[in-house]
Amino acid sequence: MRPAARALPILASVALSLCGRALAAETTVRIGACLSLTGAAAVYGAQQKAGILAAVDEVNRSGTLPGVRLEAIIEDDASTKEQGIAVFQRLIGRDRVSAIIGPTLSNTATAADPLAQAARVPVVAVSNTAPQGITDIGDYIWRVSLTEGQVIPGALKRAQAKLGFRTATVLYGNDDAFTQAGYNVMKGTLDSMGVKILATQTFAKPDRDYNAQLTALIGQKPDILVVSALVENAAGIVAQARQLGWRGPILGGNGFNSSALIKNAGPAAEDVLVGTSWNRVSPDPANQAFLKLMASRGFEPDQFCAQAYTGLLVIAEAMKLTGKTGRDDVKAGLARVTGLLTPLGRFSFLPSRDGEHEPALQQVKDGKFQIAQ
Amino acid sequence: MGQQIINGLFLGSIYALFALGYTLVFGVLDILNLAHAAVFMLASFFALALSTQLHLPIAGALPLTMVLAGLLGLLLERVAFRPLRGRADSNIAGLISSLAMATVFEAIALEVWGPNIRRFPEGTLPAATVSFRIEIPLVGGSVSLLQLAVISVAMVLVLGLTFLVRRSRLGREVRAVAESPRAAQVLGVNVDRTIAASFFISSALGGAAGILYGLSYNAISPDMGGSVELKGLAVIIVGGMGSMPGAVVAGFALGLIEVFVVAHLGASFRDAVSFAALFLVVVLRPRGLFGAASMREA
Repeated sequence: MRPAARALPILASVALSLCGRALAAETTVRIGACLSLTGAAAVYGAQQKAGILAAVDEVNRSGTLPGVRLEAIIEDDASTKEQGIAVFQRLIGRDRVSAIIGPTLSNTATAADPLAQAARVPVVAVSNTAPQGITDIGDYIWRVSLTEGQVIPGALKRAQAKLGFRTATVLYGNDDAFTQAGYNVMKGTLDSMGVKILATQTFAKPDRDYNAQLTALIGQKPDILVVSALVENAAGIVAQARQLGWRGPILGGNGFNSSALIKNAGPAAEDVLVGTSWNRVSPDPANQAFLKLMASRGFEPDQFCAQAYTGLLVIAEAMKLTGKTGRDDVKAGLARVTGLLTPLGRFSFLPSRDGEHEPALQQVKDGKFQIAQ
Repeated sequence: MGQQIINGLFLGSIYALFALGYTLVFGVLDILNLAHAAVFMLASFFALALSTQLHLPIAGALPLTMVLAGLLGLLLERVAFRPLRGRADSNIAGLISSLAMATVFEAIALEVWGPNIRRFPEGTLPAATVSFRIEIPLVGGSVSLLQLAVISVAMVLVLGLTFLVRRSRLGREVRAVAESPRAAQVLGVNVDRTIAASFFISSALGGAAGILYGLSYNAISPDMGGSVELKGLAVIIVGGMGSMPGAVVAGFALGLIEVFVVAHLGASFRDAVSFAALFLVVVLRPRGLFGAASMREA
């Protein structure tokens, strides 16, 4: 962030705290956010920023924390580890934040989170999905986002309840840690569900032609085609599978969870199933209120927005539970958060400090992700 | 099985078309034009720009892009090869200067179109070309209209080039220059013009392969040349350096081998087996399947 832009929230907070002092004895509590606002993950960062700002306003407006005015200090990590580390250092040392939300990418988290752990600053991850290497960094690292290991089993079970498949074939990228991990979860879940895996094929990230693998998989006549791929490959795989005449269901890992899939695969993406952490159409009052709030701000939220919003709510809840806003108070409070009503559903932490709530299954219908009931 | 043969022939037709241009220049000049894959990539972007920005139907964009790719070939010849001609080390120097041109072309693509994958928008091709499939009874597979069109265009271009080289005056001149530039010159052939013409044709064919590849897989990026560069090299070595029938046969063979390897051994072996075949040919029959002993056949 440029110096002028950086000064803005500080000036605003000074102005706000002056107003606050005039009205009531209000203290300003800073919450840092390290988000990818530029670079490869900028699409996600923009959603997260909107979610956090909305949640801060909501908490301040509702008076959840009497005598406390929350202030978000949002900084850009440029989707890189190095910048993420620099942002963490600033948030911890200079801005004296009570807690940090982020970073957007698991990759950056593995590099930056240890700084917060060492400085005893609680971190709430809102989009890290790598099963290992995030919350196991230490007891100050917490996570709202569900891991691949939580979303994929939920999606597969819901899909089976809906479709009743008994056999599957699997295609996955074997040159990427994320798609490989997704495959391991898929295989484990399918095995435990008693679904027979008829064949497994692999591809590499630079590949553009998947006809050979798909022909072999489709030839086994499975009930469902399960794919673990990043979105660029996913679009090609889905398009080529449909071209080869596959009319059956396709279920993808988290890499499919992007509107780029629909844009790039076009009509071929229709009916594709993907697990998601956020059930957009959930009638839960907390979710409906969130949708209304974002609509009033003129913003179309996605999963990342809902997760970031929830991250801030969870921190506010931790402050409310302990009645204090210091770093160790937030950490102590996080451990006591249970059954919090959030847009993601009833939210609690597992003993591993990973979030727990019900994942959902979405399906592409008429060129949009819709929740599969 | 039948479907895999069709997949292999489809992939092979693109390899063959790409390698044909590659081998044509080698046959004439004894020089590997390493910028061939960059022309393949740029042509794909040209076709995308023509169809999205000028709203040309793809049937019109294809020949126009081939001409543009051919012009790139002329540029290549002029900048990377002609200044070096006649030097004692012109083969190696040309190899390196063509590599430099490939880097320049890729940098231009990166600057103009960025590093991300681009796609032909929906509706570039009528939906039926992808969704409608023709069953092929004897083989036991099916082929989409698009795939059929790609294979047909590739075949027409292969036959067209064969006819051009075997029957036309230009073809005779190309063969004469391939045999001996000096002798050809003595016989009144304009060597510079003939070499430029072969570069034009070579790059136009490479460009055609790029457009067909871009349309089929609908993923165009500045690094897409890498997917055919080494394969094309393998194809022309297996087929016999400079041999056009060899490039076509080896292109289809490599496409088929690749598909069956991926389906039965796994995608990790995709390149391993192609290059093992290359190794075998180099060891057992160094001049390639169709290579003449003198390695001068165009």
